[in-house]
Amino acid sequence: MNKTLSIDGQEIPFEDGQTIMQAATAAKVYIPHLCHHPEFTPHGSCKLCTVKVNGRNCSACTFPAAEGQEVLNNTTDINEDRKKITQMLFVEGNHFCPSCEKTGNCQLQAVAYHLNMLDNHFPLFYPQRAMDASHPEVLIDHNRCIFCTLCVRASQEQDGKNVFALSGRGINKHLIVNTPSGKLKDSALVADDRAAHICPTGAILIKRTGYTIPIGQRIYDHHDISDVSLTTAEAQHDH
Amino acid sequence: MYEHLETAENAAQLKRVVIDPVSRVEGHGKVTLLLDENNKVQQARLHIVEFRGFERFIQGRPYWELPVLVQRLCGICPVSHHLAAAKAIDQLVGVDPENLPVSADKLRRLLHFGQVMQSHALHFFHLSSPDLLFGFESEQSKRSIIAVLAAFPDIGVQGVKLRKYGQEVIRMVSGKRIHGSGAIAGGINKALTRAERDYLLQDIEQMIAWAQGAVVLIQKVHCSNLPYYDEFAGLRSNYLSLTKSNGALELYHGGIRVKNAEGDTLLDNIDYCQYNQYIHEEVRSWTYMKFPYLLSLGKENGWYRVGPLARVNICDYIDTPLAEAARVEFKAHSQEALVHSTLAFHWARLIEVLHCAESIERLLHDPAILGGELVTKGEKRYEGIGVIEAPRGTLFHHYQVDENDIVTKANLIVSTTSNNMAMNESVRQVAAEYLSGQELTEPLLNNIEVAIRAYDPCLSCATHAVGKMPLQLELVNAQGDLVAKLLKHDTGEFEHAHG
Repeated sequence: MNKTLSIDGQEIPFEDGQTIMQAATAAKVYIPHLCHHPEFTPHGSCKLCTVKVNGRNCSACTFPAAEGQEVLNNTTDINEDRKKITQMLFVEGNHFCPSCEKTGNCQLQAVAYHLNMLDNHFPLFYPQRAMDASHPEVLIDHNRCIFCTLCVRASQEQDGKNVFALSGRGINKHLIVNTPSGKLKDSALVADDRAAHICPTGAILIKRTGYTIPIGQRIYDHHDISDVSLTTAEAQHDH
Repeated sequence: MYEHLETAENAAQLKRVVIDPVSRVEGHGKVTLLLDENNKVQQARLHIVEFRGFERFIQGRPYWELPVLVQRLCGICPVSHHLAAAKAIDQLVGVDPENLPVSADKLRRLLHFGQVMQSHALHFFHLSSPDLLFGFESEQSKRSIIAVLAAFPDIGVQGVKLRKYGQEVIRMVSGKRIHGSGAIAGGINKALTRAERDYLLQDIEQMIAWAQGAVVLIQKVHCSNLPYYDEFAGLRSNYLSLTKSNGALELYHGGIRVKNAEGDTLLDNIDYCQYNQYIHEEVRSWTYMKFPYLLSLGKENGWYRVGPLARVNICDYIDTPLAEAARVEFKAHSQEALVHSTLAFHWARLIEVLHCAESIERLLHDPAILGGELVTKGEKRYEGIGVIEAPRGTLFHHYQVDENDIVTKANLIVSTTSNNMAMNESVRQVAAEYLSGQELTEPLLNNIEVAIRAYDPCLSCATHAVGKMPLQLELVNAQGDLVAKLLKHDTGEFEHAHG
């Protein structure tokens, strides 16, 4: 391995075929992300991992690493943009952290803390989104979906199923269940599926398990997401 | 009784005086007084002008969210809502109170004693002690905890630290001082560690001593201002609270007991799951707060008071020695009859602080709080009712869920709601007895607030009715003539009328 790129002036080695995100993660450099998961095909949709590569904005999770790239990652301007993106994710859905059972284990919340997001900045949309509680073991609260497609990819790539998909465009985009009724109870999803555990927010939840982890013992109670993301096993992304 | 002052006939011709907001209470309320040309009070009302609506918007949410979601009703007594909801969802997972694991039961009780202690300390020292120590009509700048700290530093500091201790008990059990997450369906999510237990033990003796001192203080204040303290805003009422089956004071779990003003027991050891066979609620057009009443006595006579005065009044004894000794003195003050003085709420409240401190000490020495079985479950049910004695009185949470675990119906009778009629009657009494016919000044008006404050109302907890509120919409043209009127009755029916 003798090829390198630089991230914020630090020389980072990489192998051919790696993305900037993969090279950075291997070198213990944190790039904020939500739709990226090391086990699944990159999607490049949340745009939180936007970095400047030779002066041009790129998604680090999809952009191939290349010799001599000068990447800007942890800069004030880029983090401000990331904060705005996170704020937009918050106002687009109904994310009420204080009563959400995912609080303390939520990557969206943890990224917001990491980026020092102190308010929503934008007006809340208050969308009207239904909840699908039809499945005996798994619940979808569409209010908290950020359309990262991790459930879609996990179902297809790891569970060998095709339970979820995105439908609609723009502001009308939404998560659907691939069944004639559109209900989760009619799908092949079971509680042990990876897709049932992969959601980075509180949109897909295992029923009747909320609040069982005491405050103080949740993933992000005492650790910043940058540390968690770099120091724990890949499965740690699932909660 | 001063019911004739609820609604004046010629309201449009009367002078209007408004106390807005009522200060040093939790939540937002206002008082309106309508005066005639001689400053005689013709109408006096306590309006609750904020609206929360929790009963409606928790519909559609999964039941396990309830303890954490509904506790956001309040920043002062969230634990009470947390635990009432938890008791209700225990039933949804098939767990009745007697089947809750012993450790979970004791940890929840510890949590609740911390809650009642901190809420009562906050109310007495931070909110009410300025009135009681400086006088009801003292200058406005003196009526705050800051002035108490300056003039009576020992009392002020003890109050702040008593409250802090209660908050620390809550933090140790539920992870946060406010809005933690301890109780879950069928139990609790953690036991105390030895370090947490020892941390709480180190100050408990001091807390008991200070709580004892607070009881002595309020007794002295009360008894050195007789008969004024006995009569101010006083009214004879029914009282309702939970008690243990043996009649002892109970804050976490028991049966419903009701006594009338003469002290006769009307209900005893009633299973609270049957509450709606005994209690109904009425709505009125001028406030967001409902008016509960005892079905057997009807709307006119069935209203009752809840809270510390009710609890200490109608229990047979208190099972901690220092608080029991204080209760005996309290009852001796009225020659064993029920104490109807509204200002005696403060006295009863501080007896309960002492009881909480003693109970916390007892529980901290109980090994069950350090571990053991914490959660259990049984067969799913579709309806759950949780009732608890919150700091301000009996608190009812009632939920129904569907086959998908989603809440379909919720009814909350919040403690302050039960005191609604009594607070209004106290406001009317003070307005008629102490204000009527006088030129109203700010200190004079504080008398009204003192009366309300004695109940320690939490107005933000208590306003949830949606769709039941009778409303009147009037369309008036530029000349001030009534063009049309739309009435919505409390049955939900609409009526159109033309001007």
